[in-house]
Amino acid sequence: MTETAKKLQIALYWGAACGGCDVAVLDTNEFILDVAAIADIRLWPIAVDGKYADVEAMEDGELDLVLFNGAVRNSENEHIAKLLRRKTKLMVAFGSCAHIGGIPGLANRFTKEQIFETAYLDNPSIEPGNCTVPLPETHVAAGALDIPYAYKRVYKLDDIVDIDYYVPGCPPAPHQIKAVLLAIATGNLPAKGSVVGASNRTVCDDCKRERAEKKIKKFYRPWQILQDSSKCLLEQGIVCAGSATRSGCGVRCPNSNMPCRGCYGPAPHVKDQGAKIISALASIIDSKDPQEIDRILEDIPDVMGYAYRFGLPASLLQRRV
Amino acid sequence: MSGFEPKIVGFLCNWCSYTGADLAGTSRIKYSSNLRVIRTMCSARIDPTFVLKALLEGADGVLICGCHPGDCHYVEGNYKAMRRYPLLKKLLDDFGIENERVQLEWVSASEGRRFAEVVDKLTEQIRELGPCRVRSGLALDMAER
Amino acid sequence: MARTIKIDPITRLEGHGKIEIFLNDDGGVDDCYFQIPELRGFERFVVGKPIEELPRIVTRICGVCPASHHMASAKAVDGCFGGEIAPVAKKLREMYYQAHYIHSHIAHFYALAAPDFVCGPDCDPATRNILGVVGKVGLEIGGAVIKARAMAQDIQTILGGRATHVVWCIPGGVSKGLTQAELDRIKPMADQLYDFTLFSLQLFRDVVLGNPGYVDLILNGPFTLNVHNMGLVDANNAPNFYDGQVRVVDYEGKEIVRYEPKDYFHHVAEHVEPWTYLKFPYLKQRGWHGFTEGIDSSIYCATPLSRLNVADRMATPRAQEAFEEMFSVLPQKPCRALLAQHWARLVEMVQNAEVLKNFCADPEITSPDYRVVPQNITGEGVGIVEAMRGTLTHHYTCDDKGICTSANLIVGTTNNNAPIQMVTKKVAQALIQPGVEVTQGVLNRIEMAFRAFDPCYSCATHTLPGQMPLEARIFQGGALRNVLKQNL
Repeated sequence: MTETAKKLQIALYWGAACGGCDVAVLDTNEFILDVAAIADIRLWPIAVDGKYADVEAMEDGELDLVLFNGAVRNSENEHIAKLLRRKTKLMVAFGSCAHIGGIPGLANRFTKEQIFETAYLDNPSIEPGNCTVPLPETHVAAGALDIPYAYKRVYKLDDIVDIDYYVPGCPPAPHQIKAVLLAIATGNLPAKGSVVGASNRTVCDDCKRERAEKKIKKFYRPWQILQDSSKCLLEQGIVCAGSATRSGCGVRCPNSNMPCRGCYGPAPHVKDQGAKIISALASIIDSKDPQEIDRILEDIPDVMGYAYRFGLPASLLQRRV
Repeated sequence: MSGFEPKIVGFLCNWCSYTGADLAGTSRIKYSSNLRVIRTMCSARIDPTFVLKALLEGADGVLICGCHPGDCHYVEGNYKAMRRYPLLKKLLDDFGIENERVQLEWVSASEGRRFAEVVDKLTEQIRELGPCRVRSGLALDMAER
Repeated sequence: MARTIKIDPITRLEGHGKIEIFLNDDGGVDDCYFQIPELRGFERFVVGKPIEELPRIVTRICGVCPASHHMASAKAVDGCFGGEIAPVAKKLREMYYQAHYIHSHIAHFYALAAPDFVCGPDCDPATRNILGVVGKVGLEIGGAVIKARAMAQDIQTILGGRATHVVWCIPGGVSKGLTQAELDRIKPMADQLYDFTLFSLQLFRDVVLGNPGYVDLILNGPFTLNVHNMGLVDANNAPNFYDGQVRVVDYEGKEIVRYEPKDYFHHVAEHVEPWTYLKFPYLKQRGWHGFTEGIDSSIYCATPLSRLNVADRMATPRAQEAFEEMFSVLPQKPCRALLAQHWARLVEMVQNAEVLKNFCADPEITSPDYRVVPQNITGEGVGIVEAMRGTLTHHYTCDDKGICTSANLIVGTTNNNAPIQMVTKKVAQALIQPGVEVTQGVLNRIEMAFRAFDPCYSCATHTLPGQMPLEARIFQGGALRNVLKQNL
């Protein structure tokens, strides 16, 4: 007696996102056809026509898998995250934004009011004399219109819903996405809460550049020197987060001759990626004189931006006080 | 702020600063009781994570103490703290944490009185600043958006 | 009792959006609103960052057109360094950009747009997608589509190190050059892509132009607006996606204005409505006069069709043939039939492929001098490129240490916010009539209006509006139902 295997029911959704994670899924190329052979994609706004009403009509747990990319920035992001969590057996925080807050998380350094001012008031392109701002509810002649309420800060996904697995990266490398989907399809997953689709090493471990000794008397911005592309960037005085960043990306930025900025998040067991990055930078300063140390550090502007480029909401302090 | 008593976490290195603090005690020097001491073997052990965690857990301030430069029991450990500290301060400034809340001081084994003065001064500065809003702010973030 | 129809979320596009349709008592459309609920705050949170970091931060405005932001940003950063850049870097960037266009146009045409034409606008939503298209055209063609887009992504990866979220442009040039070995890998792919662009045009002829119903929809349907057109052109008035002057032409073919990037803010301003987070650019000199068509309108489109509308010719020969063919079929030039954007996109792709091949044949392209160390920080720059979805402007200022002090962005899709609002309403009013059953196919046809623009709402909503102290009073049927206060 044979039983036709039931197709997996899956959904891909985006919060405060850019679409890069969805493109990364498409970048698995022919593999997407293999996925379609074993799964029904019930919601994936970039590519299929499933609507929220279709999700609301599902039974709880009807979905086998949700890949949620993007951070939580407004009431709609939260509402749909919670809706999907109810309707699915497994929920995966997919990509940097869902995992650690991502680039949108940089907004946590500012207040909503400051961001609003830049967008709608103090802006060279705004209609002269503009006083209008978007509101959660507007009354027009025909009726009432609503838009999501903008939160005062960015949250990563597991601040809002319980998460089963994390797939890091901005975006996750397509070969890693394939590996994760295969693992899920074959039921071959590690303990709940694990980071999957990445290694347990750091980018520095996987980087092919030569490493000798790091003794820095001066830090350089990437454009200030013509770097040696065979040698460690940090050793040349260019700030690189590779030593404090989980690997799995294929070292794609240093291989482009640009420093790592940490998109795969902290190395295993590390609670705060930025603390490790600043520790690493401090440890290579070649000085015992406090004044000289201060002068050397003047060449690192925007410390928070290097420490938490992708993971500000995931840091211990999460946002500016 | 009336009635507010700061909670300050103190990371003291075993060889100099913890001994100095001990000396303040055995000398019966009175000083503010706001400091909660955590002893590490060397100031080099202080990962910036510890400072951030202390603030996250509700500390209003953090004091890091080590041996005077040149006197480190492990020869160069305190230089590592010396390099890490200014970067940490810049980071804390970016987070909006007031400058006085986290401080680094070199305290030798014989500086019992000095240790007491350091703690008193820090406590008074933080008492004036008021509570650190990290923990209460994040609790509010989870309660309302 | 009036009721509403909500399309939420809109699908087969990049980004978040919804359409709210208000019906009047007899079942016709009273009004229709196209709302964007997204927001993030890029213009604010890049302030204080080292200016060279911006090109690799602003790519995250959009994952479908990250290189558009990367290039516009790099050009604005170039300006902040006095325009000092290695000459071959400009060629390399423009070469990369052609491959980027091809990836995005393939993705849009085959994955986002084609389902409506290959599967049909009324077909079961569960199959009205790329998988349904592959099911209909067969695995051989489906495989060729996937392979072509993969090649476009591969070319970007070989050339610039990464496709999505490239980190390549740097003050003074680019961070890596092209070796002969890398060029030898790109060349055959560029040739295959050229063939694929011609194949795509033929598919369009067969599937769309060969179907009288679709031709009628394009030429005679309600998907038309009498508004103006904007695009980047070179000195010959041919489209150049990477560089040039911005040209605005009215729908009767008369040039309204032509400007250098640095003068953008004299000519474009942005209007705000309270019911959407996305702003509405308009022609500043004419002022905002609401969502109105007409020869004096201040509303313009910036789309593939607009780019071809403002151009007098294409920059390459085979694309020129395709351009002439298109305008011989369309009733006029400038063409106002917005569904023709799908065709314009495929015509553009031919130029992308030809330009890519030209760069492959350029002996300078493998030069090792792809970077210089800039000597001066001059503090301000404006970079304009044509994003696949419209004219993209990045304007930055920085201090004497090269730290960003301000950023202003007018993004591709944002240009089209007003036209999309207007055509969505027009189509809704035309298709939802008293007595007509509102099927999912009808709603999908309403969605086809915005879909032709290939919108990118992550791009458009880089900003976060925040909240002002405000009181909003909600009325229903004349009675006060609710009072909402915020920050009061």
